[in-house]
Amino acid sequence: MSPETLLTLAANDGRVIPDIAVGDAPLALRGMTVSYGEKPAIFSVDATFEAGKMTAIIGPNGAGKSTLLKAALGVIPRLSGEVSVYGAPLAAARNRIAYVPQRASVDWDFPTTVIDVVLMGLYRKTGLLSRLTGGHRAKALDCLERVGMADFADRQIGQLSGGQQQRVFLARALAQDADLYLLDEPFAGVDAATERAIIDVLQALKADGKAVVCVHHDLATVSSYFDNVFLINVRRIAEGPVAQTFTPENLHATYGGRLATSHIDQLDLVAGA
Amino acid sequence: MGAEFVQFSLTPILIGILASIACALPGNFLVLRKQALIGDAISHVVLPGIVVAFLITGSVAAFPMLLGAAGAAIVAVILIEAIKRLGNIEPGAAMGVAFTSLFAGGVLLLEQSDTSSVHLDVEHALMGNLESLIWFKAQGWSSLWDAEALAGLPDELIRIAVVCALVTVLTVIFWRPLKISTFDESFAQSLGLPVGAIGFGLVVTAAVAAVAAFDAVGSIIVIAMFICPPAAARLMTNSLERQVAWSLLFAALSAILGYVFAGYGPLWFGAQNAVSAAGMIAAVSGLILALACLFGPYRSRVGVGREEAV
Repeated sequence: MSPETLLTLAANDGRVIPDIAVGDAPLALRGMTVSYGEKPAIFSVDATFEAGKMTAIIGPNGAGKSTLLKAALGVIPRLSGEVSVYGAPLAAARNRIAYVPQRASVDWDFPTTVIDVVLMGLYRKTGLLSRLTGGHRAKALDCLERVGMADFADRQIGQLSGGQQQRVFLARALAQDADLYLLDEPFAGVDAATERAIIDVLQALKADGKAVVCVHHDLATVSSYFDNVFLINVRRIAEGPVAQTFTPENLHATYGGRLATSHIDQLDLVAGA
Repeated sequence: MGAEFVQFSLTPILIGILASIACALPGNFLVLRKQALIGDAISHVVLPGIVVAFLITGSVAAFPMLLGAAGAAIVAVILIEAIKRLGNIEPGAAMGVAFTSLFAGGVLLLEQSDTSSVHLDVEHALMGNLESLIWFKAQGWSSLWDAEALAGLPDELIRIAVVCALVTVLTVIFWRPLKISTFDESFAQSLGLPVGAIGFGLVVTAAVAAVAAFDAVGSIIVIAMFICPPAAARLMTNSLERQVAWSLLFAALSAILGYVFAGYGPLWFGAQNAVSAAGMIAAVSGLILALACLFGPYRSRVGVGREEAV
């Protein structure tokens, strides 16, 4: 489909023009459509993410989970849709957002140290040329401390394990002092200790009233880690509190035949909700 | 080292050093972005652009040359897209085909046109004319304080010095955005950094360095300096700041040693004639890279410690 056809279809879907009040939610998306070529990656998606809540974005491979985050951040261009961050346009609210990309998206052989990566999170404060002070370094070390990586500050990043790399990425996000945290698969391929460390940090953020949104693929941990779920398969399937939304019906609608019924039965779901 | 050195060797060595540094500096980022081929590509595309600019204007002034090179770059981009789309060929191969064809076209064009009045021929395009960029008016070291003698410095030296300064200033100013967007592009975008413009600016800066260096030292050095010093420097350290410092040292070292070896090396082995300085500088940079591969302290980095570090 050409972009024009997609836009027409999206318009007929009735959601290109924002028709739902966005208020001042940490992140509100309206009518988001992104296409990487012929097929839409996400189509006319509305989503609202709340403050003081942890939300999991759930869906099968290729459902557009990462695409939704990237489009919300303007990392990839969107065909249509509107993004509102705490009631403001994206450009005016960038310093309220911290983003943790997928760990595998960067080259860990890059010549830099752990603390250097965390200091990148201070870029919006330091700008082009102002000197990095001891205060900046102390701030970065404090963020590393929160993820249990302070002892690794001067290590080359290529010497870290996958879990340690993920924690460094989280420390960089903490250094941004944001209100809205968007994380792309933060638990993918990490060890149990790291998973625990990350979830502790995220829950502390939540307790502070921050909004935390994770692209997540482990259905078994959804109920214990998250307050809300957002189910997506190119289109939005459902969103809301785990207790009401994370149901077998919605999972079937999201995954289609790709998720065996026996698998769903094993999950800690709200029966018949 | 006396008056003769100042007159015949000082300016070629300085030009060699400045050209090497101007190319090595952006080369660091191109190599880390896995775009080293672009540096190679630029230095090839420059040739037909410069020849056409000469045929149109009849001069080898800097500005028309730069315009010609820019025009050739645009043609190259269109050509690559066309080869990719129409021929259904993978991007790397399309790039390789486009740039070598354009370079070859430039060589043919050069052979057919009358460029006897200026320093523009196939040999010059490849190896520059470093040895001929001497300082006629110099009497000795004291000439460095003699305004009249300084006015006789070769134009190429002034030009490459200005470009080298420009490249250095741009690298310092945009250090943080360059570093962040080279390491993690999507994070850089989430900060609101214009990563497209940063990447484009880097390639344009590399192109300006390539054109200025090409003029003085030919395409062989340009290709070598974009890649060899940064790649060797990466094997010496795990910090980007120190990598860039090492790469500048290697670039300067290649220029100095290359010039000396070219001028005197053959005599040490009983040969009669000096060899091309540009060729020797490029060869020395390759040798430094080979030594760094064999003995650099950070050469076996891939996967080191990943298993035990859990």
